[in-house]
Amino acid sequence: MRESIPLTWRRIPERYRLLGTQCITCNTNFFPKRNICPKCRRKGKIQEKQYAGKGKVYSFTEIYAAPAGFEDQVPYVLAIIELDEGPKLTAQIVDAHIKDVAIGSRVEKVFRVIQRDDPEGLIHYGFKFKLAK
Amino acid sequence: MRRVAIIGVGQTKFGEHWSEGFRDMVTEAGAKAIEDANIHGEEIQAGYVGTMASGRLVGQEHIGALLADYMGLNPIPITRVEGACASGALAFRQGFMAVASGMHDVVVVGGVEKMTDLDVSEVSDILGGAGDQEWELFLGATFPGLYAMMARRHMYEYGTTPEMLASVAVKNHKNGAKNKYAQYQNEITLEQVLKSKMIADPLKVFDCSPITDGAAAVVLAPLDVANKYSEQPIEIIASAQASDNIALHSRASLSELRATKVAAKQAFEQAKLTTKDIDLAEVHDCFTIAEIMAIEDLGFYKKGEGGKASLDGKTALDAEIAVNTSGGLKACGHPVGATGIKQICELTWQLRGKADGRQRKDAEIGLAHNVGGSGATAVVHILKQGW
Repeated sequence: MRESIPLTWRRIPERYRLLGTQCITCNTNFFPKRNICPKCRRKGKIQEKQYAGKGKVYSFTEIYAAPAGFEDQVPYVLAIIELDEGPKLTAQIVDAHIKDVAIGSRVEKVFRVIQRDDPEGLIHYGFKFKLAK
Repeated sequence: MRRVAIIGVGQTKFGEHWSEGFRDMVTEAGAKAIEDANIHGEEIQAGYVGTMASGRLVGQEHIGALLADYMGLNPIPITRVEGACASGALAFRQGFMAVASGMHDVVVVGGVEKMTDLDVSEVSDILGGAGDQEWELFLGATFPGLYAMMARRHMYEYGTTPEMLASVAVKNHKNGAKNKYAQYQNEITLEQVLKSKMIADPLKVFDCSPITDGAAAVVLAPLDVANKYSEQPIEIIASAQASDNIALHSRASLSELRATKVAAKQAFEQAKLTTKDIDLAEVHDCFTIAEIMAIEDLGFYKKGEGGKASLDGKTALDAEIAVNTSGGLKACGHPVGATGIKQICELTWQLRGKADGRQRKDAEIGLAHNVGGSGATAVVHILKQGW
């Protein structure tokens, strides 16, 4: 889906820097950010939390049939990554073939173009991951 | 609460309907169900309709009003319900609650999706909205991709194999071949599935349900007057719905759908039944791995044993439990909003003993399981003969 400029702008701290939140009542970390702790609800105290961008592969696939905006990237490796601080997120793993990736592989965040609307349109940046050396 | 029965069902053929539009299909299914129920339009007091993405697929919102108009049912209230791929079951549940509560007596419920007016990558993009648009789809996820990551974990944790996945598609095509409403009425082999084109590793094109046009509808009434309309009313003895995290990555486990487990537990409690009492089940096999997880999460097989059970033929038409006698989403097709209602139509025909060449022997009690997205919504209904 083509995103609006304000929507993209609003997401910059999360997409560019992996800025999430945490609940200091129950000590649970959230990425992407949550404004309400699902465990503590009104008793929860939410504050910002910066993630280091390191973690390991929880599950993965290689996408051959891409949605609009990703056609020129196929095939690409997509994974659910468990950050060292706890939360899991979905991201592409770049510079790797599927045979190089396993459940448990160590990965680290890189900053990349995610998709382009069209030749004259917005370029969306954000996080992808690569295998850690 | 009043006891509620299904007194009529109807569906269009599922497939690629180039010459029929959204309103053609939903009115065809609705008219068939009303005719099957042997009622007059004046007796219908309300309606509910499930459709996931009519606004993006055909540009039409305000579906309740459209239906009231084109079904000739003005001025009764018709309400559109949305829960991604579970929209149909959610609409059915709204209809059930409306009759059970005593608010309305005769209620019509429909499900519809018109999906082939756009090209595949646009449809894929739209269906992605059933997941987390900002944190899955935007980053390159697709629905086959999400279910592929569930399959990968299921393989890692329980040793499930590509052959086990493929056996689900083979069985569902075998059933679909005997269903005149099915999109694919042909049998396929294990080798064909295993050699088909990769979509999202390890899922191949024959592990995936197709893009489909279609509609289905049912008519509901209080059980105590149901035999006035139908010689074979079908009673709804359980209706349960549960929610889970919208994004797959937020869930504790990828090898089970917690929402299915919760809804199933509630449904069996309501019906005062166990899995042993169920003769057949229509489960949400949007991908082959989804059927394997469903038969585990519903309680028919222990976690991790669903793949082997499928490969060993334990879910075939004549086995302990017949799963997806309609052909499932895989072979019958998956017009998203219509699927949950089609499952109810299929169970109704089976329980009436009128499922033609795919009749499950001695079918008395059936279960329907409809899932939204990657498992953020799950709905379970249990039906039994009501005569």
